Amino acid sequence: MKFDFDNNIPIYLQLVTELKRDIISGKLSAGERLPSVRDLALDLKVNPNTVQKALVELEDIGLVFTERTNGKFVTEDNSLIEKYKQEYANTMTQKYMETMRKIGLSKNEILLLINNLGGNV
Amino acid sequence: MELLQCIDLNKNFKKKQILKNINLSIPRGKIIGLLGKNGAGKSTLIKLINDLLTVTSGQILINGKPIGVESKKIISYLPERAYLDKGMTVDKTIKYFEEFYENFDSEKAYKLLKDLGLDTNQKLNKMSKGMQEKVQLVLVMSRKADLYILDEPLGGVDPATRDYILDTILTNFNDGASVIISTHLISDIERILDNVIFIDKGEIILTAEADELRNREDASIDEIFRRMFKC
Repeated sequence: MKFDFDNNIPIYLQLVTELKRDIISGKLSAGERLPSVRDLALDLKVNPNTVQKALVELEDIGLVFTERTNGKFVTEDNSLIEKYKQEYANTMTQKYMETMRKIGLSKNEILLLINNLGGNV
Repeated sequence: MELLQCIDLNKNFKKKQILKNINLSIPRGKIIGLLGKNGAGKSTLIKLINDLLTVTSGQILINGKPIGVESKKIISYLPERAYLDKGMTVDKTIKYFEEFYENFDSEKAYKLLKDLGLDTNQKLNKMSKGMQEKVQLVLVMSRKADLYILDEPLGGVDPATRDYILDTILTNFNDGASVIISTHLISDIERILDNVIFIDKGEIILTAEADELRNREDASIDEIFRRMFKC
């Protein structure tokens, strides 16, 4: 795992977003054991406390759970992962639509664009 | 009990007041950035904590006790300027550290120096400036201390050395220990900080949790610092 942090946004929030994306994309699969806080921190070159904070947040929304002696795992609840995946897809699509509307494209034009480009993505 | 506490601290040099009414509390297990422009008072504060200068008034407590011989045992300090005898080899310097500090882990030091690909039989003055800085940092981080105080560890090093230094700090501080890093090169280190302390003209202007501050101001620590202390 390696990504560039944007110093303008709280680091733990960026970590939450990144880990969430890894889970809904299946890069981290359901039930998979997460690396330890220390290993994650070293890997990402951030403070262990920041990693801890991000994991607590993911635990709060149910995507991660702690097994007392074994560490942290990705949830085994596939319907929950699916729910966050839908939510993510909706948000990104809305953002895209907004941007296209801002430059004056109608819904039909946007759909046409997606259809035309569809073969290339 | 807090690891470090500064209470109503003042420091004058002759008639000039260098530090004004400093109140600080440093908890365990955190990486803290002491951020200020040149001449803001960072190094003076650090020297006071290390008992190298005496306070004009106020108190400094480490683990609840006044600073002194005991506190020197648990603080590992990297001064701003090179302090090692450059005519000595690295091996000899490590011997000195072993004798001087009970908590010095020479095995760890050798391991880190080996990772650097360094010939430890070499004299310090035969090495590049960047390499000397790395050796000094390795020695400081190889002590099992409660508090690491690094005064401008990034001054004048190239980006690759800077990355090495940040990695070494992150990888090597003891569980439950804290690290204070003083610097004016904020963007380089802000990613690894838990808390920040802004110091200007001898006064503490702001203390905050780094991510909370970013959230509140919608900007990087570097940006917030620049806005605050526009020249």
